[in-house]
Amino acid sequence: MKILVTIKQVPDTATQVKVAADGKTIDTTGITWIVSPYDEFAVEEALRIKEKRGQGEVVAVSLGPDRVKEALRSCLAMGCDRAIHLNDPAWAAADTLATARALAAVIKQESAQLVLCGRQAIDDDMGAVTAQLAELLGWPCAYWIMEETIDADAKSVRAARQVEGGLEVFDLPLPAVLAAQKGLNEPRYPTLKGIMGAKKKEIKDLKASDLGGAVEPSQLSVVGLQALPPRPPGRIIQGDVPTAVKELVRSLREDAKAI
Amino acid sequence: MAGAFWCIVEDDRNGSPKKVMAEVIGEAARLAPGRVEAVWLTDKASEAGLKQLGEWGAARVVLLENAAFAPYRSEVWVAAAAELAGKEAPQAILAPVTSRQREFVARLAARLGVGLAADCVGFALEGDKLVATRPVYAGKLLSKVTWAKAPWVATLRPNVFRPAEAQPGKTASVERPAATAVGAQMKFVERREEVSTGLPELTEAETVISGGRGMKGPENYVILEDLGRVIGAAVGASRAAVDAGWRPHRFQIGQTGRTISPKLYLGFGVSGAIQHLAGMRTSKVIVAINKDPEAPIFKIADYGIVADLFEVVPELTKEFKKLLEK
Ligand SMILES: Cc1cc2nc3c(=O)[nH]c(=O)nc-3n(C[C@@H](O)[C@H](O)[C@H](O)COP(=O)(O)OP(=O)(O)OC[C@H]3O[C@@H](n4cnc5c(N)ncnc54)[C@H](O)[C@@H]3O)c2cc1C
Ligand SMILES: Cc1cc2nc3c(=O)[nH]c(=O)nc-3n(C[C@H](O)[C@H](O)[C@H](O)COP(=O)(O)OP(=O)(O)OC[C@H]3O[C@@H](n4cnc5c(N)ncnc54)[C@H](O)[C@@H]3O)c2cc1C
Repeated sequence: MKILVTIKQVPDTATQVKVAADGKTIDTTGITWIVSPYDEFAVEEALRIKEKRGQGEVVAVSLGPDRVKEALRSCLAMGCDRAIHLNDPAWAAADTLATARALAAVIKQESAQLVLCGRQAIDDDMGAVTAQLAELLGWPCAYWIMEETIDADAKSVRAARQVEGGLEVFDLPLPAVLAAQKGLNEPRYPTLKGIMGAKKKEIKDLKASDLGGAVEPSQLSVVGLQALPPRPPGRIIQGDVPTAVKELVRSLREDAKAI
Repeated sequence: MAGAFWCIVEDDRNGSPKKVMAEVIGEAARLAPGRVEAVWLTDKASEAGLKQLGEWGAARVVLLENAAFAPYRSEVWVAAAAELAGKEAPQAILAPVTSRQREFVARLAARLGVGLAADCVGFALEGDKLVATRPVYAGKLLSKVTWAKAPWVATLRPNVFRPAEAQPGKTASVERPAATAVGAQMKFVERREEVSTGLPELTEAETVISGGRGMKGPENYVILEDLGRVIGAAVGASRAAVDAGWRPHRFQIGQTGRTISPKLYLGFGVSGAIQHLAGMRTSKVIVAINKDPEAPIFKIADYGIVADLFEVVPELTKEFKKLLEK
């Protein structure tokens, strides 16, 4: 069974991000990049499926500039068999739909039976590419999954999705798309052997023309990016605990009108 | 109606719209007075629920009722909603952020071939364009986006937009077009209910209490729940507490948990890591209780007390009780 995992490279949340001179994108100098954490859950789950079945192939796919190779390399080090890098300036201002179109084209080319994605990429936070992929492919999709099991003959997957108030369990015929939620698993760290082995694994470069032509213009465009306005300075309430608590309750009621 | 602002109804699965719909309808009415329509996909709508939508200000409700619409499956909903959108040509399609609405409108936007802006915290009409503001990069930056063509599809972060005030007696015209459901590929197996805490849902609550590693163990969350019952708050946790197994993941606040935006956030023994802030920094009032005066959470807190939380929580519960009994 061939499993495709879509991964996005994102700035490490601990690093500072600044708006670039164009006022629309971030200044990427000095940024540490990581694989989006939800996508690591997706990679881990794909590897577990393959290990459990004792056969199959796990392919990591990412769309983005040259730096994305590093993220794909770390997925290979975790254990993915090979990787595909969608690398073309034509995708530079891709929105979720354009991203999903490119990824859907690869999924078709590869005839994958299962696609695992993250719940959302932690930089742009749209949480949309997964559902849009499913739509473009005409496949069923389970969002925010907390567990899954593939049936023995790889015809369907049973997935539990997290919803407000509980879990909903569905059977989805394969091929299908699943979006990983935190709690699905604990991603492994690459071993030294994995890291060494990753250097020899294939990362295939694809251009827009390899996927059958023109990139449609984005439907959503970024018109501006700005720093969050700073919050007004707060106040540390002094005094012993009973006094401080009384003053806090009074402030919340009378000044902030929050209670 | 062509040019309408659709508000996709999120309901409680028992025939009533959730109160977050007052926020969606309120914002739609601000952007497009007189052109607000509620579109409701459900297996059953109550009369009270329909009335509620009218009182909040929807001029028209389009009710798509079909047993196959519950439990929600994107493939089924999208087919029905896209068909309606094709006939009606709405200008905008707005929905609140909930786990299913996020998926549903994303898939709908792809079907319609239009842009989607998720988790918006502000909108402005600029000429004939709509510009949406949304937090990005762990809430450190705000991005402004606009659409190439209508319908403009967006989800709205709960607790951010001013809710419409219900106007008793105001009614919406209700239409019930035949709602066809395509055969679903996904087959429903079961629903596993969570054990209810009796407290409000994290993402909807107006007040949220959050307990971090400083809580020292799972047994101590009862003191937060006691406080929660007094002030009607949801109780969440930091990732450190979730990863330690003290609280289930559904209670995690932050980048890899829930994003919340309550009127009041109270953090106890939470240091304020950037990933935690990502999930709560748009809260209106932030209170931090931490024994370390250098804890980063004090940088964004409106009010702070540097003290042992185990002394503060019982006092707070007592004082709030006194206040609210008055
Ligand atoms: C220079 C620049 C310009 C941009 N301009 C625009 C613009 O004009 N309009 C706009 O809407 N956006 C723009 N973006 C952001 C855009 O590229 C988003 O990254 C894209 O829309 C995906 O949305 P998301 O990151 O929120 O993914 P989500 O929808 O949150 O991602 C969900 C899942 O989909 C998969 N996925 C998402 N992205 C990728 C990827 N690139 N490769 C592989 N898998 C992926 C992952 O599995 C992920 O977990 C720009 C970004 C850059 C860097
Ligand atoms: C990719 C990624 C994603 C992440 N996502 C999230 C996320 O979604 N949500 C999240 O919360 N974190 C997330 N984290 C983890 C985050 O970086 C922090 O590790 C975590 O938030 C710390 O939790 P904490 O504040 O409870 O614990 P700590 O940082 O250990 O802080 C505990 C605090 O309690 C105080 N304290 C201890 N005892 C008492 C007492 N008796 N009275 C008062 N104060 C006391 C201490 O002074 C300290 O400040 C993520 C990390 C990564 C790398």
